[in-house]
Amino acid sequence: MMTNLLLYRTDANRIKRLAQKIWILAITGFIALCVGCTPQTAGTELTIFAASSLSNAFTELAQTYETQNPEITIQLNFAGSSQLAAQISEGAPADIFASADSDQMNTAVASQRIDPEQIIPFLTNQLTIIAPLDNPANLMTLNDLAQTETSLILAAPNVPIRTYADQVIGRQTSDIQQNIYANLVSEEDNVRQIVAKIALGEADAGIVYISDITPDISSQVTTIPLNTTQNVTATYPIARLNDTPNPEEAHAFIQFILSPDGQDILRKWGFAPLDTSAAWQP
Amino acid sequence: MPQNRPPLIPIIIAALFALFLGLPLIALIWRAITLDGALTADLSISSAVWLSLSTTTITILLILIFGTPFAYLLARYNFPGKRAITILIDLPIVMPPVVAGLALLSAFGRRGLLGQWLAEFGIQITFTATAVILAQLFVASPFYIRAAQTRFAELPREYEEAAAVDGATRWQIFRQIILPQSGRALLAGIILSWARALGEFGATILFAGSLTGRTQTMPLLVYSALEQDLRTTFTTALILLAMAAVAFSITRWLTGLEENE
Repeated sequence: MMTNLLLYRTDANRIKRLAQKIWILAITGFIALCVGCTPQTAGTELTIFAASSLSNAFTELAQTYETQNPEITIQLNFAGSSQLAAQISEGAPADIFASADSDQMNTAVASQRIDPEQIIPFLTNQLTIIAPLDNPANLMTLNDLAQTETSLILAAPNVPIRTYADQVIGRQTSDIQQNIYANLVSEEDNVRQIVAKIALGEADAGIVYISDITPDISSQVTTIPLNTTQNVTATYPIARLNDTPNPEEAHAFIQFILSPDGQDILRKWGFAPLDTSAAWQP
Repeated sequence: MPQNRPPLIPIIIAALFALFLGLPLIALIWRAITLDGALTADLSISSAVWLSLSTTTITILLILIFGTPFAYLLARYNFPGKRAITILIDLPIVMPPVVAGLALLSAFGRRGLLGQWLAEFGIQITFTATAVILAQLFVASPFYIRAAQTRFAELPREYEEAAAVDGATRWQIFRQIILPQSGRALLAGIILSWARALGEFGATILFAGSLTGRTQTMPLLVYSALEQDLRTTFTTALILLAMAAVAFSITRWLTGLEENE
């Protein structure tokens, strides 16, 4: 009886101590959450789905725009354009879609969430080969990608950078094309994954946009330029979604991107402004 | 017996939660069979199924070969560093798979701690089926080792001791006394590990990349086809689901047998 009582008591104490520990954890967690959460600002929130190659440029565009328009908060979602188009087709809430090619913009149009008349081309980009800093496969030209024992990373089919890279490779002789594709070791989700894996040195080469060679990245990879006959020009379209609750704010942000200030930021991040943007009417 | 009738409020809460768990599965199956031209097998599906089956088979063999002695040592002996090793085994269970992938890349990648030495001998692991297997081995082995360790620890020692007195070798004892008594628990552990290996995504996509026929396992195909061909995505998802259901049924059947003994 005595031992039973003693057992009971230690058990009760143990449970009590456990309860105390749980409380301490819960309170610490709650405080951490409160510190971590950002204060909700009143005003309009714009959600922008943008191609991953636009990561740096759109982050700066959004920051600049938020500073100029304190009532606007911008949420950015970067991924491969094909992934974004798939998300939009599945009904993901977004106000603006900036795609790296027109195919993926058309996917969004096919889902009837974007009106073709809303689509505005807003910049151009070009392609380049990148290799790890020490260029282990000793690549000098596009044709060197066809050498045996060279590992090449491209994006998955339908990701815009893959479509453009296929165009570049497609201009070579069929023998070279075959050898280049035989060297393919991985198909990544988006262009920035290719850049990351090359910077880590995991493969010998990747084909990416010139704009992906940001100041940070330029010290981590070797760039092997494509000559003008090999290269293709990528034109990026942007559009607001039909069902955006903030059509005017979305339109204003797109105008900002097309404005000289916006185009300056894009140029700073390695994009070329569009020739036809001169014809753009405010 | 009024105590045996479950109270109403918990029933409602449980029913709602069961709906939450069940609805996505029903919706997935529903969408897969109502999709236009659904359930058409294309080349990427068959090569992903083949790759998933072959890599997980090799993974399971490796887990058996390395995991069984490991579990036996942990269950039967005390040695310095045992606690650290126990934590090390449990770590992959709680580790986010994508972190596991990054860790594998840091170790076996071309610039990794060990990988840079391998690279000098012309051996590259990243982007190969070997990387797929290593990723599966890393995340799935703890499930088998844990199951085997628990079973080995609860076996009565008398038979083994008697056999040892009669001059049985260690291998004979293991083969004829320990294995027959723990076979079912080991099999359940294997199936759990297999299911985990089959579903491996995060570590694989980071460490092995994704290429049809070479490193694109079924979960990677589900993910990558989502933006290319919904039919492929849903068909592959259904096949994965069916495989998981079979694995689950076998485990249930095995553990049910155990309880009835």
